[in-house]
Amino acid sequence: MPLVLLAVLLLLTACGGGADLPQSTLVPRSDFSADLFGLYKNVFWWALGVFILVEGLLLVAIVRFRARPGRAEPKPVHGHTVLEISWTLAPALILVFIAVPTMRTIFSTAGHAPEGALRVEVIGHQWWWEYRYPTLNISAYNELHIPVRTPIQLDMTSADVIHSFWVPRLGGKRDLIQGRTNRIAFRADSTGEYWGQCAEFCGASHANMRLRVFVQSDSVFQRWVDQQRASPATPAKGSPAEAGQQVYRRSPCIACHTIAGLSQGRVGPDLTHVGSRFTIAGALFPNNAEILHRWIMNAPAMKPGALMTPQSLSPQDLDALIAYLQSLK
Amino acid sequence: MKTWLTTTDHKRIGLLYFWTAFGFFLIGGLEALIIRAQLARPDGGLGVSAETFNQLFTMHGTTMVFLALMPLSAAFFNFMIPLQIGARDVAFPRLNAFSYWVFLLGGLFLNASFIAGPLFGADRLSVAPDAGWFGYENLTSRQFSPGPNVDFWLLGLQILGIASLAAGFNFIVTILNMRAPGMRMLRLPPFTWMTLITQFLVITAFPVITVALVLLMFDRFFGTHFFVPQGGGDPILWQHLFWMFGHPEVYILILPAMGIVSEVLPTFSKKPLFGYTVVVYSGVVIAFLGWSVWSHHMFSSGLGPIADSVFAGTTMLIAIPTGVKIFNWIGTLWGGQIRFTTSLLFAVGFIAMFIIGGLSGVSHASAPSDLQQTDTYYVVAHIHYVLFGGTILGLFAGMYYWWPKMTGRLLSESLGKVHFWLTMIGMNLAFFPMHFSGLLGMPRRIYTYSSELGVTGFNQASTIGAFLIGLATLVFVWNLLRTRWQPISAPHNPWGGATLEWAIPSPPPVYNFTVIPTVESRMPLWQTERHAPMRPLPERPPAPIHVPGGSWWPLITATGLPVMAIGALSHVIPVVLAGAAVVIVGIYRWAYEPFEM
Repeated sequence: MPLVLLAVLLLLTACGGGADLPQSTLVPRSDFSADLFGLYKNVFWWALGVFILVEGLLLVAIVRFRARPGRAEPKPVHGHTVLEISWTLAPALILVFIAVPTMRTIFSTAGHAPEGALRVEVIGHQWWWEYRYPTLNISAYNELHIPVRTPIQLDMTSADVIHSFWVPRLGGKRDLIQGRTNRIAFRADSTGEYWGQCAEFCGASHANMRLRVFVQSDSVFQRWVDQQRASPATPAKGSPAEAGQQVYRRSPCIACHTIAGLSQGRVGPDLTHVGSRFTIAGALFPNNAEILHRWIMNAPAMKPGALMTPQSLSPQDLDALIAYLQSLK
Repeated sequence: MKTWLTTTDHKRIGLLYFWTAFGFFLIGGLEALIIRAQLARPDGGLGVSAETFNQLFTMHGTTMVFLALMPLSAAFFNFMIPLQIGARDVAFPRLNAFSYWVFLLGGLFLNASFIAGPLFGADRLSVAPDAGWFGYENLTSRQFSPGPNVDFWLLGLQILGIASLAAGFNFIVTILNMRAPGMRMLRLPPFTWMTLITQFLVITAFPVITVALVLLMFDRFFGTHFFVPQGGGDPILWQHLFWMFGHPEVYILILPAMGIVSEVLPTFSKKPLFGYTVVVYSGVVIAFLGWSVWSHHMFSSGLGPIADSVFAGTTMLIAIPTGVKIFNWIGTLWGGQIRFTTSLLFAVGFIAMFIIGGLSGVSHASAPSDLQQTDTYYVVAHIHYVLFGGTILGLFAGMYYWWPKMTGRLLSESLGKVHFWLTMIGMNLAFFPMHFSGLLGMPRRIYTYSSELGVTGFNQASTIGAFLIGLATLVFVWNLLRTRWQPISAPHNPWGGATLEWAIPSPPPVYNFTVIPTVESRMPLWQTERHAPMRPLPERPPAPIHVPGGSWWPLITATGLPVMAIGALSHVIPVVLAGAAVVIVGIYRWAYEPFEM
């Protein structure tokens, strides 16, 4: 019994007080996640009712029928056919009330967006995310930008092992599997920053494969699209960023990273607009000079298994390189 | 010493299973405590590395399923089944010994990976399996897991599978053929019934995982592409094969505990099991349905709405026979004279906790709802309510119930009650908050999490709970060891049980029954409406009883298997052949061993 109270109490506080928790499944902000939460609530109340009834019966049985001296020997009851039939049928009946909305939601959340939805291809990598907007001809990395109240369809696959795309407040998870395309479709209700992370165990840095979704008003989204479409910023003559561009050109960075017009590496994320991102390394760290400093010098120490090898750059070169990367808005 | 190495006595093998599995249970528990300690703090925790953490949760799952819970049940199968059905031993005593040795060696082989790093030129001591107990392809392919870690896992599980299969066939034959006169199928004690169902699941489910592991082995060792997408293979095939085994495996773990509870409740309420036939048949139904639900582990893998609907439906159906069992247990208690022994407390605890695990399971059966919960701590909560709150509490009920029969010594009831309450408080503190961690967005299998998720408090509660369970287990260990140092002798039938094992001394003599009893009712030792209690058996055997001597060949044959695995692991073909030779010669000599010794 105290357990029930605890459960209800905690769930209510979680629902009410947890509004600002970034990864909560209890604060849906899309049609998809709202459907799932509705279904969960349906199951939850049925389960709570059954829980109270059955645990209550158990409690009554052990309190009422505890052995007391002077009590008659119990009657050797072997069973009761009517009871057996009724407690077979009762759960079956309850399950109908759960099964019907379940089936309905299975089909409504199967991942088919209406005509005119914005299609984004999601590609999972160990341990970062790549997003391609085929209709807009842009790409994004780890941070997904989408317009609010617009149907979105994500076509998802993996470049290596199985990952699972999960942004709880926008919807349920779906696996990214090499050689297959899985879909989810949703429409975000309100602008804001939503957190997510990989939900299928995918190796050493599974815990560090995080992501952000920025749901933006149409105008803000359009500004972002224009920014991503632009060619990379050209550093001013004589600025530290220009020196950094030279460092980048002769560094091993170019083997794995792309900056439009400079390099075409495909192993790591594209850096053409890296300065416009809020986070780096799979949405794991804020994108600032101090973090970039540590990251370039020894990435695997910050993110186990990261493929980027520790670099040995002079302090001046490193500062210049970071200035250049930050200039790539 | 020699008599233990060569023993074919089911009671000694049962004790060997018990102590070995209990040892692995402690190791698996220790792994869990390191996991929980790490997660007590967000953003890096206590500094356990990602690699170590991944090894720990992989080995925790693998150890608890294959090396602790299954063999702890096997300890009771071994010790109790021949006694419950009125037999002198199992059908194939040497095969039984072979099962045990294969299990022991397979467990040691798996755990040797913790210190085998230097042998493989690894830069760390431990090369333990690190791809999860479910070993999803294509993470487990050679490309993404190049080290020996996954090889240890797939070879170790193949060895353990042999032990399970041998035991499965052995117990099916034993239960069907070795019953005492009059012990008809519907007079079998419920524990024996659940064991029989479990063994049918074992012999049907283990071949599936064996096939999957062999294919995986071919992919990793010989470059085939069964699961490799670039080669036209399919990683989803692995998931189907694994869960086709993995879901029946859940029932392999829970049905024996359900059997134990169905023994303990009648004894301590002084009433026959309510709805015996319904309890038996619902077990059979659970086993059948258990084969039709595997894809509910794969709702997020994109099987499509039709498959999702079917598996959601079958999964919901399985709640019905499970619920029926629970109602029948409450019906057994109802109107009884309940004695609150530790064993009964654990059995009631089993029902109370299993209800929670069953109900959270319904939210997984609802496929779309599961898209939010799968692979989160909500599922971790669910499986621990089922496998700890269910299986382990049930096994503890069995330990307190049968320990006097197995050793002839009574466990302390007061220490037992401390153990029970600490376990209950600990497990609820550990596992209940995990529901919330999961609902608030914490995925499972992560070595660290962001403090901004708001789940730090729930994780700290879980950690405290886990250490309370650890403390409770120490109390239990103390209780077990105390029976050696301060023995209190147990009578034949300390609890007033109704089944045949209570008709003979504690511990039973090597031949079990002085005379094979003739069974006239489901509860031979109790007065029923139609039958008087069975007459006591003679104290001494009226005629000499032949007891087979021991044999070295089960142990020798078993040693060939890890030798083969070591050869495969290190890619040295002659070692594989040497191991195979030991197995073949062992089986040959075993087959031609003279019957009389």
